[in-house]
Amino acid sequence: MNQNHTLAEPAITSQTNGVAALLLSVVFGFGVIFAVGLAQADALHDAAHDVRHANGFPCH
Amino acid sequence: MISRLITSALFAGAAAGLIAALLQLVFVQPVLLHAELYESGQLIHFGADSVSAHPELGGLDLMRDGLSVVFSMLLYTGYALILLPLMSFAEQRGQSLDGRNGLIWGAIGFLVIQFAAGFSLAPEVPGVAAADVGARQLWWFGTVASAGIAAALIAFTRSWATWVGAAVLLLAPHLIGAPEPDTFAGTVPPEIAALFAARAFGVALVGWSLLGAFAAYFWRTSGVTVSAPQPSKA
Repeated sequence: MNQNHTLAEPAITSQTNGVAALLLSVVFGFGVIFAVGLAQADALHDAAHDVRHANGFPCH
Repeated sequence: MISRLITSALFAGAAAGLIAALLQLVFVQPVLLHAELYESGQLIHFGADSVSAHPELGGLDLMRDGLSVVFSMLLYTGYALILLPLMSFAEQRGQSLDGRNGLIWGAIGFLVIQFAAGFSLAPEVPGVAAADVGARQLWWFGTVASAGIAAALIAFTRSWATWVGAAVLLLAPHLIGAPEPDTFAGTVPPEIAALFAARAFGVALVGWSLLGAFAAYFWRTSGVTVSAPQPSKA
């Protein structure tokens, strides 16, 4: 029983790390999509203009 | 874990984004440039003179089209950074993941990010009438979010109640309605706008399907290299 407990612990730790990594990746993804597709800064808008139109983002 | 996610997303996003960008430059960009001639007033629809449907559009613009390639690769990397954690989550719950069913993941990504919002807010060419951009972005985001939740409910739950909830989530944004312009003051001929929407959807479907396949492929192969040395140590 004791052995089972000591074995289970690292597995749980790596699982929480896993969830954190999944969430972090999603946050990065939203950041990139926001910058390319939605941010209204002029320089970004002009540079990403054609990509925004072609990918169905509301542009101007 | 996070480095494996980011590496796989970068490879998949760069590859799918590059192909999507090349398809965009061949099939979408000429339609966009044609529309811009009307947006800028160089051509006038229903003006005094009839206008040729085949104007000179100019060739490749290295700066402009190069930026499109870079931003397309970035955008698809952003998509992959969201797609891959979901794939990994499903894999942890016992679903198999390979390039073939990655195609389906990608096609669903297309439905959620492109088609769900595009059903009421069609991909718009420059020079068409549209409502305030802030209002459209808000509606776009809400629609994509509710379609994403609906797709997850359909894929990961097994009860009629949640499936009906998914249907409600899919329908609600369109029943509420997307922000529309007060008047149709667009200068671009409808033929060009329709072709643009169809081409944009087509290119996005190919880009997304490839993204799903590439993401699953790179995720699997990076998993093999991570776990391979372990048995030899034992």
